[in-house]
Amino acid sequence: MSFEWIQIAWALLTLFIVINYGLIMTAVIQKIGARVGGRYGIPVWQNYIDLIKNFSLRSKIHHGVMFYLGPVFRLTGGIGLLLFVPTIYGSVMHQNFSYSGDLILALYFVFFGTLGMALGAGESGHPHAAIGVSRGLSQVTMAELPLALAVYSMTLQYGTLNITDIVAAQQGSIFNWTLFTNPLATTAAMIAFVGTMMRSPFDVVLAPQEIPIGPPTEYHSAYLALMQTNRVLYPIAKTVIFMNLFFGGATNWFEFAIKIFALYMVSVVVGVVHPRFRVEQSIGFFLKWGLPVGVLSILVV
Amino acid sequence: MKHFDPTFKKDTEKEFPLREEMRPRTVETPDGQTIEIEPLKDYFCEAPPKVHPKAYSKIVEDFYNWARAESLWILGFGTGCGAIEMRPLMTPRFDAYRWGIQWRPTPRQSNLLMISGYLSIKTLKRAIRAYEQMQQPKYVVGLGSCTINGGMYWDSYNTIKRLDDYLPVDMYIAGCMPRPEALLAGFVALKKIIKAGKAEGANLYAENFAQYKANQKAVIKDWDMPDYSW
Repeated sequence: MSFEWIQIAWALLTLFIVINYGLIMTAVIQKIGARVGGRYGIPVWQNYIDLIKNFSLRSKIHHGVMFYLGPVFRLTGGIGLLLFVPTIYGSVMHQNFSYSGDLILALYFVFFGTLGMALGAGESGHPHAAIGVSRGLSQVTMAELPLALAVYSMTLQYGTLNITDIVAAQQGSIFNWTLFTNPLATTAAMIAFVGTMMRSPFDVVLAPQEIPIGPPTEYHSAYLALMQTNRVLYPIAKTVIFMNLFFGGATNWFEFAIKIFALYMVSVVVGVVHPRFRVEQSIGFFLKWGLPVGVLSILVV
Repeated sequence: MKHFDPTFKKDTEKEFPLREEMRPRTVETPDGQTIEIEPLKDYFCEAPPKVHPKAYSKIVEDFYNWARAESLWILGFGTGCGAIEMRPLMTPRFDAYRWGIQWRPTPRQSNLLMISGYLSIKTLKRAIRAYEQMQQPKYVVGLGSCTINGGMYWDSYNTIKRLDDYLPVDMYIAGCMPRPEALLAGFVALKKIIKAGKAEGANLYAENFAQYKANQKAVIKDWDMPDYSW
């Protein structure tokens, strides 16, 4: 991988575009949900105002060093995930810091934020935070299983660990996408995708009516603003990986916007029709459906 | 706010003992050490609240106030019958989300405490703790006549009459009960107050902390919590 200083500027530009896209897209999705329910819903710029509001609060309290670092780790996970995979395939500007082993790094970064959050929320001392985090860790660990198997299957199929090469192999026709060349791996990975998007039926981590909102219970003002930024960035960064691996990547920002929105809507649609799983039910789901499909996809390849 | 008046105290002058888990005691740890525990000192920080200054520049402060007004997060804490008038605001008929009003489950993240109706003394304790855990600037809205002068509970033995004696109220919404439309009108009025920079209840609370505490302790006889909950 060759490095030039201008890449940092381009990477920051990518980050800026993705954060703004995320802020607007999550608001639009909330608005769609509201319209389905017969409401008008929040204005599309509401997320920006909430961010400014949280940064402008006058008082902050803290519970220790890890409490500070929790949101920072979480945001690092989101940014790292985004910056080490190619956002736009074939673009010099938005290739980011993709290199030959970035798939392994991406798998690690998917987990990184949750671990940081576990330390931060643990130090906040609130019982709901501890309950939420322990649920989150067990659920994410289980969801990683089908994803890791799907990734093994793909590396066998393409013979590389470089996301750029994997995207390159899928160009040309829609039938070159992994979705069609390796449907079993895609199915296993999509089970993991839906499982880690923090939406129903896998939202027992936040569980709004049960353990008020779980891990971020004690977070407020600027801490919360950092986490909100990550909340719009991280799902998109994760979706970028899935788009690159299974849905042919994106060659321009328009294609990016359409594909990310469609993939994000998968988890939303699944969420609105399924009630929440308890944590042992969701673990059972991943073991019962995700794991065999993942193993099968390796065997088939 | 009423200035503290000794005759305001009710006739029960009996001292209530601290709850058992709040009393200082010696315990033996699993590895054999003996340690002294004083829960109120060890588990809570009793430092009084501070007055937080506004931003240095007026333009910045106005911008912040605009953001605070357009993003009101309400603590989902219902005290009286008014709580039932707040639920329709989330439904298609009234849909308060259009005005940037959202409900948060934790006091740390919310800015607006709605005292929705009569407040019994038992609930006042929880309302105080919830209010003190919110981050500045924070706003209190009293809902219905019960929070203004006691309303139909005027001569009740276990509800408070004027909410303003115990917490700094930014606005009252009158009625018994006010309908959801009245609440929406109230939110719009509160936004005007915030944008004008007049909603400084949290600083008022910090400035007159001793007086508010005296008033609170005059009605809450079994005071078994720290003086200030961070």
